[in-house]
Amino acid sequence: MECSFALTGKDYVIIAADTTAARSIVKMKVDEDKIKTLSPHLLMAYSGESGDTIQFAEFIERNIRLYHIRNLYPLRPQSAASWIRRSLAESLRSRSPYTVNLLIGGFDTADESPHLYWVDYLGTMASVPFAAHGYGSYFALGLLDRYHNPDGSLEEGLDVLRRAINETAQRLVVAPGNYIVKVVDKDGTREIKL
Amino acid sequence: MVLTFCPPKGRTTIFSPEGRLYQIEYAMEAISHAGTVLGVLATDGVVLAAEKKVTGKLLDLSEAKEGRYGGSGEKIFLLNSNVIGGVAGITADANSLVNYARSAAQQHLLRYNEDIPVELLAQRLCDLKQGYTQFGGLRPFGVSLLYAGYDPHYQFQLYHSDPSGNYSGWKATCIGANNGTAQSLLKQEYKDDITVEEAIGLVMRTMSKTMDSTTLGSEKLEFAVLTVDPVTKEPRAKIYRPAEIDALLVKHDLAKKDEDAEMKAT
Repeated sequence: MECSFALTGKDYVIIAADTTAARSIVKMKVDEDKIKTLSPHLLMAYSGESGDTIQFAEFIERNIRLYHIRNLYPLRPQSAASWIRRSLAESLRSRSPYTVNLLIGGFDTADESPHLYWVDYLGTMASVPFAAHGYGSYFALGLLDRYHNPDGSLEEGLDVLRRAINETAQRLVVAPGNYIVKVVDKDGTREIKL
Repeated sequence: MVLTFCPPKGRTTIFSPEGRLYQIEYAMEAISHAGTVLGVLATDGVVLAAEKKVTGKLLDLSEAKEGRYGGSGEKIFLLNSNVIGGVAGITADANSLVNYARSAAQQHLLRYNEDIPVELLAQRLCDLKQGYTQFGGLRPFGVSLLYAGYDPHYQFQLYHSDPSGNYSGWKATCIGANNGTAQSLLKQEYKDDITVEEAIGLVMRTMSKTMDSTTLGSEKLEFAVLTVDPVTKEPRAKIYRPAEIDALLVKHDLAKKDEDAEMKAT
């Protein structure tokens, strides 16, 4: 089942999401990238109802890009997250709400700080040092409580992430086999092999 | 099907044979007779000053004495916690634009949970102003504005917008009566590394030279400064109260002198 994890460290945010595209009990694809790069310093991992996720993520991606084109600078992570949360909250009370859960991680170039937001399909948003969605969260959050270091180096952050992923693989019946990991820091976003 | 003939409403915004938009030019002409508004961008803040035109012995200024929230007078307004606006032109039009600007700023705050970037606020107003140069039957806003603001993207900024919907960023500029004189004075005296304190002095001196009256006083002058709070790093807009303006004038030796006292002294 779908799992996504994220954590902040010293001047970076790591986001990991599983790469399975499933329908019912069948795996349709095992290399699906469910983390979008919204702007040069902003990442968003999405999970939930499969049609909704892509539709919503593309809508967000295009609008964040439009803001960037119109204003020459992109939205800051906190502003982008607020706007994305609002879009979900407005959708919730519409005729056909999006069932999408998000992790939004970004690096604010204006004050040189990393930001991570946990957002769910009800329009809840929380600014957090680490976060998880899906069944994996039951195994990962305790580990993150114990081992997360907000001032840790990138290598230290990746070690904590490996722990969370390994624990999920060991204990969850329907654990995903593959993850994609992305990092955002002052140099922008990039993919990392665990 | 019934075809109805819609007569073109008005002729406010059509090109003249020479390719000009007269209504816009007239609006700008109206502004060049309005009270002077002057802005100077410094390294650590922005300074705004304006000349009040509506004065007189019988005018009830009891409310303006204390200074109200968001501005005490007729020319300088708080548009958002990070932007101060100075207006020159038709006061009624200006009030309407100030209202629009405040509402646009709050809409941005609601959507993005951040103070509106200064240039974006200027753009919002310019979109509105431009609309009246093109769509039928209505006259354009007879107002030029100066926006003194701060945002984390470009720090301190000073913008000017005119009735056509053009806007531009400035280090120091002036709108209203005698703006040519003021601008050439500013051009001579402006330095790129000017501080707020120096900018206040420059604004005061320039205002005293461009205004018609020989003496400056709080009944003829409005004044505001935008800085950043050194502790919280949040923008701090300060619109001066009349008593504070008088104190500032005394400090810069531009205050009204009591002529009788001078006579007695000599």
